[in-house]
Amino acid sequence: MARIQFDHIAHSYYPNPETPADFALKEINAIWEDGGAYALLGPSGCGKTTLLNVISGLLRPSRGRVLYDGTDVTDSPPEKRNIAQVFQFPVLYDTMTVAENLAFPLKNRGFNKTDTAQRVKEVAEILDLTTDLNKKAAGLTADAKQKISLGRGLVRSDVAAVLFDEPLTVIDPHLKWQLRRKLKEIHEQLKLTLIYVTHDQVEALTFASKVILMYEGEIVQIGTPQELFENPRHKFVGYFIGSPGMNFIPCSIDGQTARVGENSILLDPETAKRGSEAGGSLELGIRPMHLQVTGSSVEDGIPATVKSVEDQGSFRILTATFDGHTVRARIPEGQPLPDKKLWLTFPAHRTKLFADERLVI
Amino acid sequence: MEKWSDNRAWFLVLPVFVIVAFSAIIPLMTVVNYSIQDIFGPGNAVFVGTEWFEEMLTDQRLQDALWRQFLFSGLVLLIEIPLGILIALAMPKKGWGVSASLVTIAIPLLIPWNVIGTIWIIFTRPDIGLFGVGINSLDLLEIPFDHTARPSYAWITLMAMEVWHWTPLVALLCYAGLRAIPEAYYQAAKIDGASSWAVFRYIQLPKMRGVLTIAVLLRWMDSFLIYAEPFALTGGGPGNSTTFLSIYLVKLATGQFDLGPAAAFSIIYFLIVLLFSFVFYQALLHVGKGEKIA
Repeated sequence: MARIQFDHIAHSYYPNPETPADFALKEINAIWEDGGAYALLGPSGCGKTTLLNVISGLLRPSRGRVLYDGTDVTDSPPEKRNIAQVFQFPVLYDTMTVAENLAFPLKNRGFNKTDTAQRVKEVAEILDLTTDLNKKAAGLTADAKQKISLGRGLVRSDVAAVLFDEPLTVIDPHLKWQLRRKLKEIHEQLKLTLIYVTHDQVEALTFASKVILMYEGEIVQIGTPQELFENPRHKFVGYFIGSPGMNFIPCSIDGQTARVGENSILLDPETAKRGSEAGGSLELGIRPMHLQVTGSSVEDGIPATVKSVEDQGSFRILTATFDGHTVRARIPEGQPLPDKKLWLTFPAHRTKLFADERLVI
Repeated sequence: MEKWSDNRAWFLVLPVFVIVAFSAIIPLMTVVNYSIQDIFGPGNAVFVGTEWFEEMLTDQRLQDALWRQFLFSGLVLLIEIPLGILIALAMPKKGWGVSASLVTIAIPLLIPWNVIGTIWIIFTRPDIGLFGVGINSLDLLEIPFDHTARPSYAWITLMAMEVWHWTPLVALLCYAGLRAIPEAYYQAAKIDGASSWAVFRYIQLPKMRGVLTIAVLLRWMDSFLIYAEPFALTGGGPGNSTTFLSIYLVKLATGQFDLGPAAAFSIIYFLIVLLFSFVFYQALLHVGKGEKIA
């Protein structure tokens, strides 16, 4: 086990990168504490897998250093780093039995037979593979195969970290949930550092104690799921986390209020002050669940028209327009819906201000 | 199943049936026809039952040719399959080297059989051939190299010819098989700390099973039916040392005009190739799957 640190890491797949666009990873400084459960979240192509491969050593970064417990391992290959990685598609050694598959990482490192057998038995028990141990791996179902891949990652008790690269992509939805819970259990049981790559926010938010959100080769925010939800540091975070994402409305600052066309929205005084200092292009951001909707005129309410309502089961998503801007609000079950005209209220402490796409703090 | 009242759709199968009849069934039945009769001329045939088969199965020269054939095809597989795998492993994986090596390797496959024979005959000739003159000038051999001088020399020349001609096929098949292995397997093997031998043994070899099955079958069938090369080289000599089954068969059929025994022989020949192809196919299909050969 180890504390993993990225010191000015950057990576490009081109031999001579010039512009920032040539970089798959742009200047990353981050620390993964020993024993943490991290999720690397971001849309496809944002550099998650590249980052993971830099941690494991499958990829040597173009710039910067990778430190394990303070030791520079940038030039060490994966087998020297003592790391485990589970891939998107199950990787199996077809000709071996399940037990031989699980024992393979230990066998290659010259562990003795009794220790190996003991460890394989333990891991098989954790993953409910005990009954399959003597079967050939090739004939098993996709989820059993992925469990074996997982098992090969867990079989070495001393690994620095276990890395998962979207490991549940090929698994059926109902088994996904089970396996994810299994992973959480394993984390609590073994106290391993787990780094989990996914583009599915539900997966990331339920699995991890800390989420690292990536966008176009950069880490835009590291935080607990709650922090990401409540205080998105970047417009992208607000947009990516939550379903539907945050509402953004271009505005200007006038004293303590934000002006959107003819309407003024009262802001938190501190936010308004910082916003006017920050300058740049300003935008209001508010979560659909925080936007309040009433059917009759209220004080500070902004008149708007209903565009559509989507029923999502336990709540409804209302889309409304005012002054040419479209906003979404989440309406809990049971609350009456206005049919055409409505008034929107922006609670001051929930209304965030973004200057040039970054949160004004 | 529902029963159809109109079965005219079966007529659509007719063209295929006609083609197969002319390409396979009729020629094969002609051979069967010859194998059970003694035909003196049109309308003058005597039914002889299994006589030709009995004669052929006890024919010493056929048995010798058969063992020779097994030895030859066995050696071909033993040399070409491992060599093909090695070449495929050594071939470049990206860049301009890929197309360059593919083209270079494919050249022998583009040359007609009898031209190959001629090339190698000239290459190994003791008077003007590069190899023949070269090896004889080293003065290592007791009897100077000449493929008509000793059975072993004829065999060496034939084997070199066969390996040079057909190993590229095995290599190309294996290369295709190797390229089809997803990168994640190699990455996982690195993470698991596997040695390059382990990568070969547990990833590359098992993943190449499909193409190797095809390679073994093709090389087995083809080398078992070899004709042009020994015919061009020595016509089956020196002595009978390179008289393989098809050389003997052609001698029997067109040389001595023993069509009855030759037909019986053809059928036996066909069945042997079929039987071994089936055995290889089954063996390779089930190897490493943990199931017994059915």
